[in-house]
Order: sequence, then C-alpha cells, then structure tokens
Amino acid sequence: MAVKSILLCGVGGQGILLASDIISDVLMVNNFDVKKSEVHGMSQRGGAVVSTVRFGDKVYSPITGIGDVDYILAFERLEALRNLDKLKKDGIILVNDYRINPLPVATAVMEYPDNILETIKKTVPNVVTINAFDMAKGLGNIKVMNTIMIGRLAKTIDLPKEIWLQVIKRRVPAKAIDINIKAFEKAYNL
Amino acid sequence: MKELLSGNEAIARGAYEAGLHVATAYPGTPSTEILENISKYKEIYCEWSTNEKVALEVAGGASFAGARVLTAMKHVGLNVAADPLFSLSYIGATGGFVIVSADDPGMHSSQNEQDNRQYGRSAKIPVLEPSDSQEAKDFVGIALDISEKYDTPVLLRITTRLAHSKSRVKLKDRVEVPLKEYVKDFKKRVILPANARVRHVDVEKRLRDLKEFSEHFEFNRIEEGTGDFALIASGVSYQYAKESFPDAPILKISMSYPLPENMIREFTSKYKKIYVVEENDPFIENQIKAMGIDNIHGKDTIPQIGELNQYIVKKSILNEENDEHFSVDTNIPPRPPALCPGCPHTSIFHTLHKYKYIVTGDIGCYTLGALPPLNAMDTCVDMGASITNGFGMEIALSKQNDERKVVSVIGDSTFFHSGITGLIDMIYNNAKGTVIILDNRITAMTGHQDNPGTGKTLMGDDAPIIDIEALVKSMGIKHVYKIDNYNLKETEEVIKREVERDELSVIIATRPCALLKSNPKIATYEVAPDKCIGCKLCIGLGCPAISFVDNKSIIEPTLCFGCSVCAQVCPTNAITIKGE
Repeated sequence: MAVKSILLCGVGGQGILLASDIISDVLMVNNFDVKKSEVHGMSQRGGAVVSTVRFGDKVYSPITGIGDVDYILAFERLEALRNLDKLKKDGIILVNDYRINPLPVATAVMEYPDNILETIKKTVPNVVTINAFDMAKGLGNIKVMNTIMIGRLAKTIDLPKEIWLQVIKRRVPAKAIDINIKAFEKAYNL
Repeated sequence: MKELLSGNEAIARGAYEAGLHVATAYPGTPSTEILENISKYKEIYCEWSTNEKVALEVAGGASFAGARVLTAMKHVGLNVAADPLFSLSYIGATGGFVIVSADDPGMHSSQNEQDNRQYGRSAKIPVLEPSDSQEAKDFVGIALDISEKYDTPVLLRITTRLAHSKSRVKLKDRVEVPLKEYVKDFKKRVILPANARVRHVDVEKRLRDLKEFSEHFEFNRIEEGTGDFALIASGVSYQYAKESFPDAPILKISMSYPLPENMIREFTSKYKKIYVVEENDPFIENQIKAMGIDNIHGKDTIPQIGELNQYIVKKSILNEENDEHFSVDTNIPPRPPALCPGCPHTSIFHTLHKYKYIVTGDIGCYTLGALPPLNAMDTCVDMGASITNGFGMEIALSKQNDERKVVSVIGDSTFFHSGITGLIDMIYNNAKGTVIILDNRITAMTGHQDNPGTGKTLMGDDAPIIDIEALVKSMGIKHVYKIDNYNLKETEEVIKREVERDELSVIIATRPCALLKSNPKIATYEVAPDKCIGCKLCIGLGCPAISFVDNKSIIEPTLCFGCSVCAQVCPTNAITIKGE
C-alpha cells in the first residue's frame, strides 16, 4: 500500500502524544510499516502540539508536509485552522468543536477567529466535526476527549475494530479502561 | 519481536543489549529520554550528572576502570564537555565509550543549530549517524565495539527528528560483557605534554585505521538505482532522500567521519551529478570536495539553515514548486508556550518587570519570562550565564555611572550546573549585584528530572539534598534571603530592598513547580464581574487560566492552581477563592 499519513494537532496537555501512540500501535498490529514523529520540550508548556503518523508497506520519512496529509485529527478549532494547509486535496479533516485560548487571545492582544468551522467547511470538501468535550463530559471525565477523537478516526479508517479496542486496553491505565472503551464506542457508533 | 521505539528509546535499548555498565547525562532536549529509558534497566548504573562536563568525565573514569559507558547530551551540552572530550580522545577508551550528541536542526528547543559532527572531526574521533530507530539501537553496540577495538571514544550523532520519531525495532536480549580489570597506565592516562606528544602520534594512526574501517563498514553502503543524478546522504536525511527519489542511486553514509574515501571515489566517478543531502553544515560535502572531487552539489542546492524534509529535498534538487494546498484568509493567532497556571516564576518576573530592572536570564522554563506579557528579561546566553553576564553588565554600567540595577535570575538545576562558579567569581571580585535563584525543586523544562536539590537519584535512590541557602552562605555571602513566591508583598519588598543594597545578595525563591505531583492544587479563584474594572493588571501576569472577555477578566476554574497572585495584584479585590 502507498504511504498514508495522519496528523494530530492540538494544545499541550490534550493527550495528543498518547493518541498518536495508540494509532501507531494499531497500525503496527495491522502489519503496516509505521513511523511516528513528534516534538518534545518547550511546546509542552501550553504551546501548539503536532504529531504525525505515516504508514504503508515501506515508510522512509517520519514527517509530513504541505498538502500531503490524508487525515487530520484536530483536537482544537484554531489548531485545525493552523494545520489546514497540510491536508491533501482529497484528505479528511476531523475537528473537535472545542476552543482553548492561546495567550495572545487570553491577554486580549489578538482575537480568536470567528466561525472557524464554517471557514473550514467552505474550504475543504471532507470535514467531520465532533463535540468531544461534551461527549467526554457526559461520560464523566473530560480526559477521555482523546479516546473519543480516536474512536471517530477509527470509524473513518477501515481497520478491524477489535484491534483498536485491544490496543486501547493495553495503553490506558487499568482503572481507566472501562471509561475509555465507552468513549471509543460512543464515537465509533456516531 | 518488533516494537515501535523512538530513537532515544532505541539508544537506551541498544545500550542495554550491548552490555553497557554505566550511563551519565545532564537532561537537555532532545536527548533527555535516553537516560530516562536507560534507568529502566537495573543492570546499568545511571545518573543525572550536575552538568555535561561532569557526565563526560564520570563516563571517562568508568571507561578507565573497564566499564562499557555511554554519556548523552544535547548539542550545546558538548560545548560544556568539550574540554574533557579533547583530552579523552588522546587518552582513548578502555571500556567501550559512546558519546551521544543530540543536535537540533530547526532549533525546536535550542539556542543554535551547531553541527556536532564538527566536534568529531576536531577531536579526531569517529562519528556515526543512524537514520532510524533500528540503526540507533544497533549503532550503540557497534560504537562500543569500535571504541574498544580502536581505543577511542565514539560520537553517536543524532538529531531531534531521529530522537523523537518512532519506527520499528527488532529487540534482542542483553549480552553481558565482563568489565576489564583496571591497570595503571601513566603514559596513556596522565595527559602531560610528554605523554600527549606520543599519544598524538597514536591518534593520527588511529584515524588512518578508522578510515580503513569506514571503507568496509557495512552500514556505509551503495544502493544501485537509475536516473540523471545520484545522492549521498546520512542520518535522517537519508530517509528524506529515499522518500524523494526512491529509484535514484544512493550512497548511504553511516560513518561520516572518517569517510570511506575509496568508496566515495568509486561512487562519484560513475555519475555526472551528485547531491549530498545532509542537515546543517556541509560536513560530508566539504570533506568530499577536499578529496578533489568536483561533481558534487550540496549546500548550493539544499538549504543549510533549518531542518530538512522530503519536500525541501525534492523541491531543491528538481528546482520545482509543488505546494498545492488549502489556504484560508484568516489571521491565525500564534500559540506560543507559556508559564503554567500557578507557576512560581510568574510573581518574580511580574516584580522585575514592574521595577524595570535589567534582568540577565538563563536556560529553563523561566526563559519564558522574557516573552509578553511579562517581558522581564534582557539577556539569555547559556547555562549559568545569568550570573556572569549580570556581573559583567554591573562592571560596565558602573564605569559610566549608569545607576540602573541588574538582577540575575537562575533556576536550581542551572545553578548546580554552572551557576556556582559564576557566583564565586562575583564574591571573589567584590560584586554588588543581586542573584535570584528560582528553586522550584526540579529540573522542570525538560520534563521533571531529579537534581542535587531533590533528594532522589535517577536510579530512584535517596540522596542528600544540597541546601542552596547553606551553600551560598558558606561561600561568604552576607545577604541571603528566602522568599515565598506566592506572597507578592514579601517578594516585592525583598527584591526591591536587596537590589538597592550596595552589596552582593542572593534571594532564594522557594515555591516548587506547580506541575509536581507532590504539589496539589491549592484552591480555585474567581473574578466578581461587578468588582472587575477591566484594568488588566491580572492579565499582565500571563497566566493561561485568566482571559479577558468583554472588558472583564475571567478565570477558567479547571486551569486555576490557586496561587493567589492574581488576587494580590487586583486593585479592587475582585478576585477571591470560589464560593467564599
């Protein structure tokens, strides 16, 4: 299979690195060659976070570029907008309808753009929006927002559901398995 | 069995499999996870050293006494460790000796883009460059073998992208390697001029032998192909080259110093045009040009500045634009990193900004105090420079009767790393400045590593806690004061008083990092909208929990840590603990 790529973006603290680990593991179990890339360090202090996963028969480069991503999984609206140029023309973007103010907005130096979802829908043919925050809140723990995002991606990518569940069970803390499975199912069955 | 490992995890695994005995490091992005992962293997002694020079010297000593050793550092760390590096090159290695240098093309978390392969050449030691996690793992064992066979430290040069990318790795079991018995060798290990002159001859011979090794090193390999041009690439750039031109002939260089000259001559003679794909300096390119080979292109085509990727490589070589992509006509606010809610540094920088002091800063989370809205830093150079730069400014300002006051700001781990010697210099030379040690009880920026002030070692053992107050008092500083960062009144009073004092003072700010697990949330504050006058004083703290909406401040309750500093700056007492 030709190489495909997934880009996860959001804000430090949203569980993006764990989500990209889970996705990479699922692809490994499905016998793809997988490379995953992320940047640690300063960005973790509330900055923008990006992690990319590339998979196929043989993957050389671990990173993706402009106009070359098949799936974007955006955990926050502004970060979806920031990374939109990475999407392929026929790529799919999944956006969490959730807002986290960056510092220039919080300090009233800049404005958080209005109507981001509408802007994206006007620009990109394949847009899926999801309210992972409300769904996670409904389940009783906003931390499972990332598993909800994974569940929605799993519904879009054609891979066996059992493997997703199996990897999630292995990757999340034992006491959080039940709620993460519920979160995955809820998004997978949307 | 195959596992998905980052380059750093793979290096740790490689160290384990190759029977490593001792590992040392000072944390620094992108190298930190190497030692964090080595610490999971109980067979290996590992430590957070106080700085990179110490780390390299401890590793050197362990190699003298027959242990297989690895020391890891970020690229600028090797500057700190450069002194022992050059001597240890002459002395050589008894137990296998690997130095991992994690360079940072693109400066994701660094102050420069230095290419540490130059250190290998300059110190006359071999340089290996893995291109994925499998090689990162395998090259540790290979480097240890080369080190023992050729009596040399070996530089394993990685980059951020290699360190923090994950790819598939085949794991093996550990092979125990017995330590070598220590035998005194005056001529080898006492690097007096008379001995060093003899050793230098050995070093030059060693380089010739290593060049011969490089010719037959299986990871320097030619991959046949077709097309108008050929490629030479090393490290992760090899992956970008393969991704861009999978069918082109390519010479993959895994030992970039010394280079396999005959192999390169043979390869380059077959093609009209050859591109060297490497990040940062034209390290391989210049060496090839120095061989008199002239059909080589490199930095005339592919950028020297910043990180490469497959798109840049392809675009540069084909000289074509292919950037069809979606774009929107929206002004997207940046999302820079910020000091956390409850960060103990905030009140310090708020105070320093308020009194408009000249602030010499240092390396750590607190460098973020330089950014808006705190804007409270004039300089940041390298580990420990806050103290010494501050003293230098004091000297120059006083020479021109400039009354402005200089305050040096340094973290606890950075103080242990390189601050102490600078402070001794200030004492010795009758300095009058003010040094603030932000003692947040952890090496925070790199993700919470222990240090000599935390009471724990990397191996999880209890350790004596270095008492910073007792230490600086024992040096003879009369004015040493502790402050509680969350008590803004005290913080301001003490800083102001000590800055005005015509003698050297040290202020130790004692609040621990708000992200420490042992440091739970204190309370949740809220803003009473009827009392908020929209003066933005609290916004000026840059706390991510506070936003300004419709001319009023609001606090996000899930983010608020309860430090109360915003409540203390509020002129109308509009901010109080929720529900009180």
